[in-house]
Amino acid sequence: MARRSRGGASTPYLMILPSGLWMLAFFIVPIVLMVSLSLQTGNLIDGFRQTFHWQNYTDSLNTYGDKVVRSLWYGLIATVLCIALAYPAAYWIAFRGGRHKSTYLFLLLLPYFVSFVLRTVSWKLVLTDNGPILGPLRNHGILPDGFHVLDTGVAVVSGLTYNFLPFMVLPIYVALERIDERVVEAAYDLYASRAQAFARVVLPLSLPGVFAGVIMTFVPVSSDYVNAEVLGGPRNTMIGNVIQTEYFDNSAYPVASALSFALMAILLVGIFVYARSLGTQDVLEAAGR
Amino acid sequence: MTNIDPAFLRGLTRPRLARSTASRRDVLRLMGAAGAGLALSACGVKGQGGKEKVTQTDVQKYWAGKAQTGKLNWANWPGYMEDDHSTIKAFEKATGIKVDYKEVIQEMGPWFGKIQAPLAAGQSIGFDLMVMTNGIQLEQARQLGYLAPLDQSRLKNFQANAGATFKNPSYDPGNAFTIPYESGITGIAYNTKYVKEEITSIAQLFDPKYKGRVGMMGDSQELGNFGMFLLGIDPEKSTQADWEKAAAKLREQRDKGIVRKYYNQDYVDAVSKGDVWMTMAWSGDVYSMTSPDVRFAIPKEGGTIWTDNMCIPKTASAPVDAITLMDWLYVPENNAPLTEFVNYITPVPGVKQVVAADAAKATGQEKKDLTRLSTSPLVFPTDADMQRLRHYRRLTQAEETQYQKIFEPIAKGS
Repeated sequence: MARRSRGGASTPYLMILPSGLWMLAFFIVPIVLMVSLSLQTGNLIDGFRQTFHWQNYTDSLNTYGDKVVRSLWYGLIATVLCIALAYPAAYWIAFRGGRHKSTYLFLLLLPYFVSFVLRTVSWKLVLTDNGPILGPLRNHGILPDGFHVLDTGVAVVSGLTYNFLPFMVLPIYVALERIDERVVEAAYDLYASRAQAFARVVLPLSLPGVFAGVIMTFVPVSSDYVNAEVLGGPRNTMIGNVIQTEYFDNSAYPVASALSFALMAILLVGIFVYARSLGTQDVLEAAGR
Repeated sequence: MTNIDPAFLRGLTRPRLARSTASRRDVLRLMGAAGAGLALSACGVKGQGGKEKVTQTDVQKYWAGKAQTGKLNWANWPGYMEDDHSTIKAFEKATGIKVDYKEVIQEMGPWFGKIQAPLAAGQSIGFDLMVMTNGIQLEQARQLGYLAPLDQSRLKNFQANAGATFKNPSYDPGNAFTIPYESGITGIAYNTKYVKEEITSIAQLFDPKYKGRVGMMGDSQELGNFGMFLLGIDPEKSTQADWEKAAAKLREQRDKGIVRKYYNQDYVDAVSKGDVWMTMAWSGDVYSMTSPDVRFAIPKEGGTIWTDNMCIPKTASAPVDAITLMDWLYVPENNAPLTEFVNYITPVPGVKQVVAADAAKATGQEKKDLTRLSTSPLVFPTDADMQRLRHYRRLTQAEETQYQKIFEPIAKGS
C-alpha cells in the first residue's frame, strides 16, 4: 500500500489538467456568460445591458413553465419506455448471446449510424395519415376517420424513445455483462428459484447500469427539440423548441438564457434527488449485503 | 401529507461524509463565486445599430476597388430555381461568372439567426448574394448595417425594366440595399379531395368542422396578419390593441384543436398528402405543386403580398459578381424562363409578353402550360386582386419586441 513513490504526487493533477482546461473554456465560461445574459435587458439593435433583471426568470417561466413540465413528463415517459425496451434486450444479449454477442449489439446499434435528424424525418413518412401504416388501417375501417399519430404527443414520445434507446441499452448491457456467472450459480446452489436469483442477485447488480442509463437518456430527452419539431403539433412543444426559437429566431438572448439556466437547475436538482435516493453506492451496498 | 422518512431528507440535505472545518476547497469555492459575480456584472452585448440612410459617399466607399472575381455564392429558398438550374447556366454562359447555388433559406427567423453572429463580427457568411423577404429580419439587417449599399449605376436593367410597384418600396426607400427577386401572395391552399366546398374566406380556416385538419404558418408576421384579416384589420395600419385582439382569435382557433400544426416550408407536403386539408400557403408553391387536387385562394378578407429581395451581405467576397447577376435578371428574356418555373410574381412586367410569345410558338402540353401561366392571376395578378392584397407592417424595434411577444407564443402552444 505504501509503495507509491513520492514523485508521483503531482501526476493526478497533471492528468486532469487537459480535461480541466477544456471544461473551463467550454463549460464554465459559457455558463457564466449565460447566467450573465439571463439577467440582462435590451435588444439586438441597442445592445444588451446588465441590469440584474430577475424578472427574466419569472416572466419566461410564467409564459413557458408548462413547456418545462411537459418536457419533464415526456422525458420521464420516454426513459421508462427505454428501460422497458432496453433491459430485456440487454439481458438476452449478455446472457444468451453466446459468441455472437457483438453481432447482436452491432445490429441493435445499426440504425444509429444514420443521422439523427434523418431518422426522425423518416418516422414522419412512416406515420403520415395516408402512409404505409395508417393508410391501409383506415381504409379497412379499423381506425376512425379523424385518427392520426403524426403531430401528437404519442409520435413525439415514440420518437424520443427510439432515438435515445442505445444510451439505455449500452450501460445496462455493460453492467449485466460484468456479472460473474458463479454468483448466479451460487444463488441456485442455495436453492433460489430463477425468479429469486434474478430479483435478488442479477437485478441489484445491474442497477448501476440502469442508473447510468437513466441519466444518459432523461437529460438529453428532456431538452431535445428535434422530435417535437418534426413529429409534434402545437400541443407538443417542448422547452428545447422554445429556447431554440427565442435564441436563434428572435435574438431574445436573455429569455433564452434564463430558460436554459432554469432547465439546467431543475434537471440538476432532479438528478441530485434521484442519486441520493437511489445512489449507485447504496445500490452496491445493498447488493453486497 | 405523506410521511417522508426523516433519514431520507437528511440524506438529501447533508453531505455524505463527515465534514472537516473550513477547508481549502471552501475558500476556492468562495473565490469562484466572487469571480463569477464580477463576470456577471461586467459583460454586456454591445448594440450594433448602424446607419439606415445611405449617401453617395457610402456607396463609393463600399464599391471602391471591388472587382469581379468570377465566382459567386448564392443563398436562396427551395423551389426558387429550375431543377436543372438553366437560368444559372445561361448566366454563367453570358458572363463567365461561376455560380455556386445553395437552397439554404427555409424561414426568415432561423436564417437571420444563422447569419447574424458572423455579420456582427464582420466575418464572411460564405455567401455573396442572398434572398430575404421584406419583414422584421430584413429591417434588422438594414438597421444593423449588415447589407452592402447598392451602386445604382450598376443596375441599368433594373432601372429600365422593373415594374413601378417594385421600385422604391416602403421597406427599402430608393432600393438602397435590395432589389426584388420575386413577389408572392400568402393565401389559402386546400386539397379538393377532402374539402368539399369552395374556400373563399379566412373564416373557413377557423371553422370547427375542420378540427385537426388546418395548417397555419409559424412565422409570427404571416400568422398575425391572418388573425388581423379575419377581424377586418389592415395590418399596415394596425395598433398593439389590434394585435392583441388578433392573437386572442388565433389562440382560440388553436385551443379548439382546429390547428393541426404551425408550418414553415413543410406545409406543401402535408397538404398534398392530406395530413392537413387546408393551410396558409404561398402562391407559387401551390401553382407548382404536383398534386392537381390542391387549389389556391386569395381570401376575400385579404391576403398578404410580400417580396423576396436580392441583397448583398456587407462581408461578401464577390459583390461585383452578385450585383451583375441581380441586374442580369432584370432583362425580360433572362427572367422569363425563371418565372415560367417558379410561378411567382415577377418584378419584370416585360416577362408577360415573352411568356405569351413562347406560348404562341409552343405546341401541345407545353403550349397549354405556358398559356395557363401567362393568364394566371397568381403570377400576373389582376387589379381587383391587387386591391385586396396588403403589405407587411413595418415595425420599429420597440414595436417588434411587443409584436413578437404577442404572436410568437401562439405557434409554441402558449
